Amino acid sequence: MSDLTKLTLKAALDGLKARDFSSEEITRAFVANIDAANPRLNAFVVQTTDKALAMARASDAKLAKGEGGPLEGAPLGIKDLFCTDGVQTTAGSNMLRGFVPPYESTVTANLWRDGAVMLGKLNMDEFAMGSSNETSAFGPVVNPWKSSVSNADLTPGGSSGGSASAVAGDLCLAATASDTGGSIRQPAAFTGTVGIKPTYGRASRFGMVAFASSLDQAGPITKTVEDAALLLRSMCSFDPKDATSLDVETPDWTQSLNKGVKGLRIGVPKEYVVDGMPAEIQALWDQGVEWLKAGGAEIVEISLPHTKYALPAYYIIAPAEASSNLARYDGMRFGHRAEGTTSLTDLYETSRAEGFGKEVQRRLTIGAYVLSAGFYDAYYVRALKVRRRIAMDFDAVWDRVDAILTPSTPSAAFALGDKQIDPLQMYLNDIFTVTANLAGLPGISVPAGLDKGGLPLGLQVIGKALDEATVFQVASALEDAAGFVAKPEKWW
Amino acid sequence: MAIDAATVRRVAHLARIKTPEDRLEPLAAELNGILAWIEQLNEVDVTGVEPMTSNVAQPMRLRDDVVTDGDKVADVLGNAPRSADGFFVVPKVVE
Repeated sequence: MSDLTKLTLKAALDGLKARDFSSEEITRAFVANIDAANPRLNAFVVQTTDKALAMARASDAKLAKGEGGPLEGAPLGIKDLFCTDGVQTTAGSNMLRGFVPPYESTVTANLWRDGAVMLGKLNMDEFAMGSSNETSAFGPVVNPWKSSVSNADLTPGGSSGGSASAVAGDLCLAATASDTGGSIRQPAAFTGTVGIKPTYGRASRFGMVAFASSLDQAGPITKTVEDAALLLRSMCSFDPKDATSLDVETPDWTQSLNKGVKGLRIGVPKEYVVDGMPAEIQALWDQGVEWLKAGGAEIVEISLPHTKYALPAYYIIAPAEASSNLARYDGMRFGHRAEGTTSLTDLYETSRAEGFGKEVQRRLTIGAYVLSAGFYDAYYVRALKVRRRIAMDFDAVWDRVDAILTPSTPSAAFALGDKQIDPLQMYLNDIFTVTANLAGLPGISVPAGLDKGGLPLGLQVIGKALDEATVFQVASALEDAAGFVAKPEKWW
Repeated sequence: MAIDAATVRRVAHLARIKTPEDRLEPLAAELNGILAWIEQLNEVDVTGVEPMTSNVAQPMRLRDDVVTDGDKVADVLGNAPRSADGFFVVPKVVE
């Protein structure tokens, strides 16, 4: 039998339904791949092999009777910030090492309802704060891709680096991820995979370890646009347990694929041309424009004038929300508690100093500063006003365009260790993705080409709120035109 | 606005993160770098712009004020650093 782990989610679901192979077979194939790859790629922090096999057998029993949900028998990886009942959930932090949730996140509950099989929990930047996976308490994930000009280990991006690496390395059919400033789309771009962040409110945040609640949104990382449409549909739902969950229907986005882009108006924002952007990123973007034009789309030059302020606004808003959210880690009811402290304050401060890594501490400190008396208006409130300006920029163009095309990232994957010295250099990774979080809009990254070192590059499509349908339509056309079939050469 | 070591000490205390004395200066330098970059927000005209706290335009939903959950003492205490007799055990804080 051909290698089951190379199948797309769609092909695997078809094969399972047709009983060409069993869920147990494909699950065992992925377990073997993980066992072999994980010592090098470090994508999984917990393997739930026994649970996976039990779930697979249950799926096989349903499939044998011609029953089963839309994801029946499909082995998936779960980013370690989704709470999974009875399975350690750490969000990549020593603060939560050993934390075993007694409940299930809504997103993962939806997946199990639909028949998916859990292979394990995927590594990530600590509390999703990072763009290279190097802030994880479990060590960095390694990208399956290598540059043809260097043998250095590359970052898979972050914070969903484990998800991206696992999908690119054929360690799972697809994976859940989450995106606060670009944490789905940047890793997808760095690994030749597809990643979509839906409209804020589509997917429930219940049971997701919180980073910045007004920005956090779950989504899938997959091998194809069709797989993303399938998995996102299962992940999304109205959830009364999340106060910002949208009470809307979840469409069947596979209906939006392979429809072409004839007649669609695609915006190209001039402000996304940034200083120091490599020529090949510009070339890829130009190529994307040409593909859509050739497909019959109308290309419209647009202006989103406040784009350059998105990242600095984000680096006030996200740390401010994090400093509030992460106040819960006080060493009392769960999480790390320091020993041998001398007072209650000492206990709090020492527990948090021991439990949080350097980047998390940096952001919590910034957050406390911008929210502190005397600085709240100057920093935090101003950032919220700039955020509205950024959202208004998008509102002002939607009468002229149906979707927006940009690069996903300002570069291809970089070497682990390259950007650790200067936090600002690291933050710039999210320059093209963060606007969609601030404005709550859906954004997808599609692999569209290779750089001169043979590393994948992605194009991003941003759409109107709740209009994932058009985003998928454009992404599907880009995927077709790009014909991206490159895979990392197996070295692990 | 430059941050000095004393400000870092104060803010680290607000964040309840113990920060050793020899980390204060390096952290001040890092935070100054980040805040200098953030200063560019002052270029934006925000006159008359309402702060945007949420992407969700819908009013906050209210649910009936009824008990929906409970009787899960073991679950609640399951991840406690220490517990006994159905309670969290915390260090003595009153002398």
